[in-house]
Amino acid sequence: MTPLLQIDHLNVRFKGARNVHAINDLSLTLMPGETLALLGESGSGKSVTLKTLLRLLPEKRTDLTGDITFDGTDIMTLSGRSLRAYRGGDVSMVFQDPGLALDPVYTVGQQIAETVMRHKGISRADAMEVALDMLHRVRIPSAERRLRNYPHELSGGMRQRVMIALALACRPRLLLADEPTTALDATVQIQILLLMRELQREFGMGVIFVTHDIGVAVEISERIAVMYAGQIVEEGSTHDIIRDPRHPYTRGLLAANLHDVERGARLDAIPGAPPSLETRPDSCPFAPRCAFALPACRTALPPVATPGPRRRVACLRADEPLEIAHA
Amino acid sequence: MVQVTTDIPVVPPAQRGYWSGVLSRLRRDPVAMICAVILAALVLSAVFAPWLGLADPYQGSMIARLSAPGTPGHLLGTDEQGRDMLSRLIYGGRLTLFIGLMPVVLAFFIGGTLGIIAGYVGGITNTIIMRVVDVFFAFPSVLLAIAISGALGAGVLNSLVSLTIVFIPPVTRVAEAVTSGVRSLDYIDAARASGANALTVIRVHVIGNVLSPIFVYATSLTSVCMILAAGLSFLGIGVRPPEPEWGLMLNTLRSAIYVNPWLAALPGVMIFATSLCLNLLSDGLRSAMNVRD
Amino acid sequence: MSATDQPLLSVRDLKKHFPIKGGILGRTQAMVQAVDGVSFDVRAGETLGIVGESGCGKSTTAKLLIGLVDRDEGDIELGGKSLGRDISLRALRRDIQMVFQDSYASLNPRMTILDSIAFGARVQGLDDPVGRARRLMARVGLDPDRFAGRYPHELSGGQRQRINIARALVMSPKVVVLDEAVSALDKSVEAQVLNLLSDLRAEFGLTYIFISHDLNVVRYISDRILVMYLGEVVELAPVDMIWAEQAHPYTRSLFSAMPSMDPDNRTQKPPLTGDPPNPIDPPPGCRFHTRCAFAADVCKARHPVLGPMVQGSPHWVACHLHDPASGHPRAGQGVPA
Repeated sequence: MTPLLQIDHLNVRFKGARNVHAINDLSLTLMPGETLALLGESGSGKSVTLKTLLRLLPEKRTDLTGDITFDGTDIMTLSGRSLRAYRGGDVSMVFQDPGLALDPVYTVGQQIAETVMRHKGISRADAMEVALDMLHRVRIPSAERRLRNYPHELSGGMRQRVMIALALACRPRLLLADEPTTALDATVQIQILLLMRELQREFGMGVIFVTHDIGVAVEISERIAVMYAGQIVEEGSTHDIIRDPRHPYTRGLLAANLHDVERGARLDAIPGAPPSLETRPDSCPFAPRCAFALPACRTALPPVATPGPRRRVACLRADEPLEIAHA
Repeated sequence: MVQVTTDIPVVPPAQRGYWSGVLSRLRRDPVAMICAVILAALVLSAVFAPWLGLADPYQGSMIARLSAPGTPGHLLGTDEQGRDMLSRLIYGGRLTLFIGLMPVVLAFFIGGTLGIIAGYVGGITNTIIMRVVDVFFAFPSVLLAIAISGALGAGVLNSLVSLTIVFIPPVTRVAEAVTSGVRSLDYIDAARASGANALTVIRVHVIGNVLSPIFVYATSLTSVCMILAAGLSFLGIGVRPPEPEWGLMLNTLRSAIYVNPWLAALPGVMIFATSLCLNLLSDGLRSAMNVRD
Repeated sequence: MSATDQPLLSVRDLKKHFPIKGGILGRTQAMVQAVDGVSFDVRAGETLGIVGESGCGKSTTAKLLIGLVDRDEGDIELGGKSLGRDISLRALRRDIQMVFQDSYASLNPRMTILDSIAFGARVQGLDDPVGRARRLMARVGLDPDRFAGRYPHELSGGQRQRINIARALVMSPKVVVLDEAVSALDKSVEAQVLNLLSDLRAEFGLTYIFISHDLNVVRYISDRILVMYLGEVVELAPVDMIWAEQAHPYTRSLFSAMPSMDPDNRTQKPPLTGDPPNPIDPPPGCRFHTRCAFAADVCKARHPVLGPMVQGSPHWVACHLHDPASGHPRAGQGVPA
C-alpha cells in the first residue's frame, strides 16, 4: 500500500530579527485511513508542521527544505489552481477556534455550500443539499433550521461541529486538525472526539490531529508521534507509546498528566524549559532537561532506534530500561 | 550547541527603562528620523527667528512687491506688500506652530483625563462624559471650529480656545477606549486585589499603559490642527493681519497666483510639509512604542 | 495538614446576578445568574478544589471572595470576622490573594517584575517591600539579581506564573485563590509549578482555593472538591470519597468525560449530549434536569437542597435521588450505575 502522505527531511526556518529553527529534519509517513496524533507542547513545531502541509507559511520569511508527497503528488511545487484544489479539496483543516475560522457574515449553510461549489463545480441547490447532509452527519439537531443560522447564533460545541462539516464537505482524503477540542468544555470535548472518530471510520480519510493533551491523543488516534524542539522524538502505535514509552520526554509527559499520581506526592517534573531554537540543534535538544543524559547526548544528535515495525525513538538509551531515581 | 539551563533566559537582560527603549527603536527608523530633524529645524528657526539676522517681516516696500524667489536680497522673493518672504515664513512659523500645537497639548491633558476617568470608573460617570462628547461629535470639526471662532471673534487666543474645544472630544474618546481595554486586564484586578485605591491604580498601572496610544493619536491630530488653524486665519477669523501666519499668508497671496504662482504656493508648502512630517513621525512613534517586539 | 474544626473561610449564600442590558435605553433585559446561593467552609491549611464547566460560576465565585466583583447577597467570613461588618475589604485583601490564569495579562507590561511583586506590600504599607519581593523571587525559583529588572514579556509563561505567585504572597496572606493558575502552562511546566505550590503551602501554612477544569490536577492538589453547575454547588466531598463515588449525575458525567488514558479501552459513548446551557434564565427546579438521564417530574418542580448524603457524612450533594423523602421514583437509591 502506498502512503497517503510522506514527509522527508523537512526543515522549516523562520527568518527575521531572530531566526527560529521551527522544524528540524522531520520525517513522517501516514497510511490511508490512519489517524495520527502529533503530540507536543507549545513551540514544539506541531502546528507549524500542519501549516507546512497546507503550504500556508509566509514564503518570504520562511526557509523550507525537504520533500512532502501527498498521494504521489509533490506538494512543494504546487501553485495556482492545483494548490487551491489541494487545499480544501484533497486536504482540509479544522482549527482550534471555530469562532475565528468561520465567517460571521454568512450563514452556516452558505459557507459549506460555497466550498462545495468551488471544489466540485455543482449548482447552488445541490451544494445546499450537500450542506444539509453534512450537518446531519455531524449530528446537529434540527439541521434544516441550523443551516440558516449565523455562526454567532451557535454554541461553541455546535460551531466546532459546523467546522468539521465544512472541512469534510468535499470528502478530503486527509483531515488536519489543530487542537480542535482545546477550547471546549470537557463534556463537549469528548462528544467532538467521539464524533471525529466515527466520521473518520465513515469517510475513511487519514487524520493528523495536533494536540498537547495525551488523554485526547489516546481517545482519537491509533498512532502517536511525540514532537520536541521541531523533531519527532518518538513514534509508534498509541498502545506502544502509552504502555511502553521509551523516550525520557514521552515518559515525562505521561507522568505530568497526573492520571495515576499519588495525591500530594512529589511530581517528577521535567526541569527547565524547551530550547529557544535560535540555533539548529546539533545534539539531543532534550539532553539539558533529561535525567538520563549521557555525555554523548550533549555532543551529537541521538541515533534513531527502531524497537519494532513503524516504531522509532530518537534516544541513545532507547533500548535500556530506565527508572527515574527518586531522591 | 543548544544552551539550556533551568528556566532559560531567552532575551538578554534589559535594565533600561521603557522610554529609552522607545527612543532607541525610533532612532533606527530613517523616515521618522528625517521628519524629526525637519520639524526640529522648523521649531528652532521659529523660536530663534529674531537672532537669525532676517529682514524685518513687517517692513514692506512698494517698489519690490511680488518679486520672484531668487531675487537678490530676497531669497524667497517678497509678498504683495514687498515684505521679505523668507523672514515672514520663519516668523510665521512661530504663530502657526503655536496655534497648531497648543490646542492639541491642551486637549491631550483635558481629554486624556476625562477619557481615563470615564474608562476606569465606568457606569454612570462614563455615560455622562461620553454622551456630552458625542454631542460635539455630531458636528464636523471644521464647522465646529468656525462656529466657535466666529462666536468668540478673531484673535490668537480665541483660535486657541475654539481649536482646543474641537480636539477634546476625539482625544477623550480614544482615551476612554484604551482605558476600558486596559481596565479589563487581569493586572488591574490584581492591583485592586492588593488593596490599592482607584487613584493609586490609575496612577501606577493605568496611565503608563494608556498614555502612549493617546499620545500617538494626539501627535496625528497636530497636523489636522495646523491646517484648521491656517484655515481659520484664511477665513479671517483667526490671526489678524499684519501678523505673519502661514494660513493668513496663503489667503493674502492668493491673488498673486497668476502673477507668481511659486510665491503663492510657499505658505501652502510649509503647511503641507509640516503636517506630513508630523504624521510620519507619529506613525514611527506608534511602531516604536510597541513593547512586544 | 493542620486542619481544625473552626473554618478559616466561611461563605454563606453568596449571590451575584449580572444584568444584561439592551435596547436604546439600556434597560435590563435578562439576568445572568452567575453565582446563586453558594455556601462552603474552608479550614485552615486545607485546599478546596472547585471544578465545573464554563459558565458554572467558578471564576465569579473567586472574584466575589476577593471583592473584585461586588456581591448581591451573602456573607463572607474570614477567621470569624464578617466582611463589611467586622473587617474592611482592604484588610480582607491582605489575607486573601489571587493568582489568575493568564500569566501575561496579570502583570503590568510596563513594570519591572520586582516592582510588580512589591506593589501590594507598598500599598498596604508593609515594611521593606523590595526586600520582601526579592526574597519571594528567590523562593519561587527566580534569581532576583538576574530577573528583578526585567519586564514580563522577557519571561517564559512558567516564569511569569512564578512571579504571579510571588506577588500573591508578598502580603503574607492566609488564603490564596488560584483561578486556573496552571491551566495555560505546558504540562511539563505545570508539574514544576504544582510542586512549587505544594512546597509553599507547607512552608507558609497556606490555604488554597484551587479552581480548575482539569480533574486530575484538582485531585492531585486538593483535600476536598466542590462541583459547580450553572451557578450552584451540586456536590461537595473529600477527594477520595468523590473519586470513589460521584453522587450527583452531573459529577458523574464530568468524570466520565475525562479521556480514558487506556488505548485498549477508549470511551465509547459521550456521557452528556449538547453544550452546557446558558446561565441566563436557568431552568426551574434542579438546574441539571434538562440534561439528566434520571430526571423525574419532581426534578422539574422542586429545587434540590445541598446536604449530607447520610447524616453526618462529609459527602454533600444536591440531588433528589439521594433524598428518600423527595418523591423521586428512585429516591434514596442513589445514582444507578
